[in-house]
Amino acid sequence: MPTPSALEIAANVRAGKTSAEETVRAALERIDALNPKLFMLLSVARDHAIDQARAIDRRRAAGEPLGVLAGVPIAVKDNLCTRFGTTTCGSRILENFESRFDAHVVERLHAADAVIVGKANLDEFAMGSSTENSAFGVTRNPWDPTRVAGGSSGGSCAAVACGAVPLALGSDTGGSIRLPASFCGVFGLKPSYGRVSRRGLVAFGSSLDQIGPIARTAPEAALLLQVIAGHDPRDSTSVADAVPDYAQALDRPLTGLRIGIAEEYFGDGLNLEVRSAVQAAIQTLAKSGATVSTVHLPHMKYGIACYYLVATAEASSNLARFDGVRYGHRSEKVSDIHEMYARSRGEGFGAEVKRRIMLGTFALSSGYHDAYYLKAQEVRTLIQRDFAAAFEQVDLIASPVAPTTAFPLGEKSADPLAMYLSDIYTIAANLAGLCAMSVPCGFDRGGLPIGLQLMAPALDEPKLLAAAHAYQCQTDWHHRNPTG
Amino acid sequence: MALIIDESTVRHVAQLARLAITDAEAALYAKQLSDILGYVAQLNEVSTDGVPPLDHPQAVANVLRDDEPRTGWTTEQALHNAPRSSRDCFQVPKVLDKEGA
Repeated sequence: MPTPSALEIAANVRAGKTSAEETVRAALERIDALNPKLFMLLSVARDHAIDQARAIDRRRAAGEPLGVLAGVPIAVKDNLCTRFGTTTCGSRILENFESRFDAHVVERLHAADAVIVGKANLDEFAMGSSTENSAFGVTRNPWDPTRVAGGSSGGSCAAVACGAVPLALGSDTGGSIRLPASFCGVFGLKPSYGRVSRRGLVAFGSSLDQIGPIARTAPEAALLLQVIAGHDPRDSTSVADAVPDYAQALDRPLTGLRIGIAEEYFGDGLNLEVRSAVQAAIQTLAKSGATVSTVHLPHMKYGIACYYLVATAEASSNLARFDGVRYGHRSEKVSDIHEMYARSRGEGFGAEVKRRIMLGTFALSSGYHDAYYLKAQEVRTLIQRDFAAAFEQVDLIASPVAPTTAFPLGEKSADPLAMYLSDIYTIAANLAGLCAMSVPCGFDRGGLPIGLQLMAPALDEPKLLAAAHAYQCQTDWHHRNPTG
Repeated sequence: MALIIDESTVRHVAQLARLAITDAEAALYAKQLSDILGYVAQLNEVSTDGVPPLDHPQAVANVLRDDEPRTGWTTEQALHNAPRSSRDCFQVPKVLDKEGA
């Protein structure tokens, strides 16, 4: 039974047709039923959620105005700081970490009267493509629990896909919202770099990280983006441009919209069922009035190589803060402070995080910096230029989100490079600072969801949302749910 | 250019990163990091002569705020997650030996 949409819930709570408390209690019941099987949430914020819901109901009874997400249950990825509960990043090193402040997006959610019901599972520090790298357990795909949910925002996407919550927040450094959205059959949007403040998002790759909405439909994602977007003086990379009215943009006609397709996204390695579903989706957009033409992105194929130097270099620097002094795990078996740093980090971090810290440290180290890190930054310039040139000819670029549908648990765990290649189609949007999203566009013969990726120049989220909404108005993929 | 990282390089990098790793990890990471570096070597196919490095997707500039006093964290907040603290300070193993070297 599909849960009501975020828009319906907020309208009903604001009108007094339903209470925030009963809405939130129903979400908590669904979580209690589903979480043991799928492990979407690392922690359930039961008391916090019920307190918040009751406060919303009291304010409504007193005649006070309520926010646009009044009473809407939402899950947030556990790399977003909250003053309630713990913020673990899926890591042993932060197993007991209690943030003393709320992330900017958490403040915005509270101000809009959304109710955070739990912290979603993720690959440790958002490093992974399957949510198998969490120190606390694997999130399973709601469509087939023997398969991965995708990552790193696998918990957030699975929580929306299984109907536990209508909305979730994830973060996307190289595809970590879009890949699990594709694998779980939900809508996931990576905003343009700087559109959403990163204040309180535990940093991974600071020139790449963005927080974004996960929902079933474009209107719900537009509403959540409206709440979280905008300048924040505490993140000096958040952009000052005015936030457009995303809901109003949804109904823009597609007539004259120019969609580009690039052969670089349809080459070897792309599953044939994914290819045909994505091509059919592009035809649907064309029937709505969009024109389709070919563009070239000759450096896109270097995206993974570029990313795994740039992102790991930034990560090796960002994760230096976990040293066992101010917070996090501290090894007790030490004789001096240097041993304390090394052992605390060695014991606290999981295998993939250590691998990336070492790769990034190597790429920045004396004698290798120019050959690896600087070279990757130069190629990053070429990738950004490719997209700038393509976007002189077209408004959006359409592609698959991933070369395959959700793969079996464990299939790529022993081969880091094979796992990295899952992100081959999503990474360039982060390198170039674009906005991009995953829209459900079909299922393979095994019943696993397929995602269409749409990419647009920085700050062109309204065009993405309009195209996605037009597509969703003509298709019913997003109405299917894994429980039948 | 497929540079192969050997175990001693892995140990050196782990030392730079302040990561204690086991011998088994050193062997595994030598293999895996060599695979990854072999893959990223494809960047050398790309001519980047005269191409400036991109370290940020936007044009960014330093952002300064007015130098005015404002409320910061309390000591209690700052120490809330400290593994060890003493007399309102973070406590760590001794840094200098008895001779003060």
